[in-house]
Amino acid sequence: MDIFVQQLINGLVLGSIYALVALGYTMVYGILELINFAHGEVTMFGAMVALAVIGAVMGVAPELPGILIVLAGVLVAIPVCMLLGFSIERLAYRPLRNAPRLAPLITAIGLSIVLQNVAMLIWGRQYIAFPPLLPKGQYEVLGAHISNLQIFIVALSLLVMLGLWFMVKRTRLGRAMRATAQSREVAQLMGVNVNTVIAATFVIGSALAAVAGVMVSAYYGLAHYYMGFLLGLKAFSAAVLGGIGNIAGAMLGGLLLGVIEALGAGYIGDLTGGFLGSHYQDVFAFFVLILVLVFRPSGLLGERVATRA
Amino acid sequence: MPVVKFLRQRPQLTLLLLAILLAVLPFLVGASLGKSWIRVLDFALLYVLLALGLNIVVGYAGLLDLGYIAFYALGAYLYAWLASPHFGLHLPFWAILPLGALLAGLFGVLLGAPTLRLRGDYLAIVTLGFGEIIRIFMNNLNAPVNITNGPQGMNLIDPIAFGDFAFKGTHHVFGIAFSSAHLYYYLFLACVLLAMLIALRLQDSRIGRAWAAIREDEVAAAAMGINTRNVKLLAFAMGAVFGGLAGGLFAAFQGFISPESFGLMESIMVLCMIVLGGMGNIPGVILGAVLLTVLPEALRYIGDAQRALLGHVAVDPADLRMLLFGCALILMMLFRPEGLLPSRRRQRELHPEEGPGEHASLYDSRG
Repeated sequence: MDIFVQQLINGLVLGSIYALVALGYTMVYGILELINFAHGEVTMFGAMVALAVIGAVMGVAPELPGILIVLAGVLVAIPVCMLLGFSIERLAYRPLRNAPRLAPLITAIGLSIVLQNVAMLIWGRQYIAFPPLLPKGQYEVLGAHISNLQIFIVALSLLVMLGLWFMVKRTRLGRAMRATAQSREVAQLMGVNVNTVIAATFVIGSALAAVAGVMVSAYYGLAHYYMGFLLGLKAFSAAVLGGIGNIAGAMLGGLLLGVIEALGAGYIGDLTGGFLGSHYQDVFAFFVLILVLVFRPSGLLGERVATRA
Repeated sequence: MPVVKFLRQRPQLTLLLLAILLAVLPFLVGASLGKSWIRVLDFALLYVLLALGLNIVVGYAGLLDLGYIAFYALGAYLYAWLASPHFGLHLPFWAILPLGALLAGLFGVLLGAPTLRLRGDYLAIVTLGFGEIIRIFMNNLNAPVNITNGPQGMNLIDPIAFGDFAFKGTHHVFGIAFSSAHLYYYLFLACVLLAMLIALRLQDSRIGRAWAAIREDEVAAAAMGINTRNVKLLAFAMGAVFGGLAGGLFAAFQGFISPESFGLMESIMVLCMIVLGGMGNIPGVILGAVLLTVLPEALRYIGDAQRALLGHVAVDPADLRMLLFGCALILMMLFRPEGLLPSRRRQRELHPEEGPGEHASLYDSRG
């Protein structure tokens, strides 16, 4: 029983990170019907920039409390990623907006390769450790351990998601985004500046990715130029699971995928009599992805029909 | 150019010259660039084979497949299982290669069947997931029963052998020294020519036209009485067979395989070959495959150039290769999305403002 609770907690923590990244995928897909393959790399950049800033601050002012140093890293990483997302849209996707579907997809793959290699040239091939700055502390809940960091991650991502929800439902920009997602042409006729809306979507998604990048590197204690790739794929799976283009779906899909993965990794050994072990954790995201697309292409909360894609 | 015009008017002579060039190419390359380049040439041919296979799925049938390398992996692993000390089996290649192709074809159908309803991006993502699943299994199936030997991979794989004549070491025929790289070159060349022939004939066949039809408009194709399910499955299976065959050849040629060779990046690489070369057009596909295999090798010389210019190697050329590759992909899509040697049909699709070309007709499925 305590294993179950423990894996559930781990899954929720991981899932809330997936959800933040998945939001970036789903918002862009909702508006452009484009899978922004480079989004995972934006997440990675967020982690790397934050770590670089954290390292620098620790060198200059090591007496500062750890949480402030991490905060400084996050506060620099967010605008850097926003700028990155903005430039990606402007330079690589906007010129191809009316091209056949394969062209932006290949561009997205190209971008992801470029960003990975730029990060490798700047920060090297080795794993970068996340310094132990955040206050430690563990609690026992139903026989499972839960740390301060885990609570913090879940709380912060819930907060961010609530903020996004409010933005999309209650602000002018949010309304313009929803209108653009429904029909770009009609939104334009109604006076919505579609280009601004699309750019804003990329910028907001990238800001969420930056936060998620810092979270994931703090959670695993590591960052690496390659980390964005698998994270991006899983987040995309989460977005599909929830129903791509649907913001609530991305949140639900992220949390669900995290839980499925954690429970799967925890129990696969028992289920297969020890034949498959917990290192198959990564398989679950893809199995879920395939099953969802085959049996319910519109996802759990989605309405769009997959064959339109 | 007058030479090109001269050759255009004499197709037989052109073919003969081309045949002679292909026959002596490894010797020319070996003498001018060094022995290691013959192996590069061999790899280029393997990638041509892969690209021709993927072109059937993506270029002909319009099914975007990002997990294609899984079939290559299946062929390679089957070859390694049946012809290496890993299980103590040493079956001859002519028994294994068809088996590998068959296994890959079977998996092609297995992948195709549940994804028939999907198109475009969704299909790309599912196939990508399939490729990753296969890779994760290759990486982890070494315990408790050691099937794939995990990340270490399998080595001591038997080379291709005709009776006692193994493709190993150097053989002397009529006083000419053939290294194993030479021998593989001729074998791969034969396979590529056969694959080309099949691909060309397929394109003009009823099946090829059915593929073109579902690529252009699936609903209309179904309305015209095309059994879209079978036709799509056939495309998947056919492409996978090429992949499995190439995989078996790769395992024999390399003598060693590991999951590292079958990552997502490889699938993307093969896709880029056909997109950059010109999708759906066989000369374009071949050009793309050769270019993308040879260029990264040529980029190794960037290190020398840096030493000459700066006095030291500022950036490791191996690190720059992928960066330049990514940039090339983006620039290519921005400025020439139809590829270097586009098929006529795709060119029309991508430049509708230029109107139909002079050769365009309704019945022009060759594109």
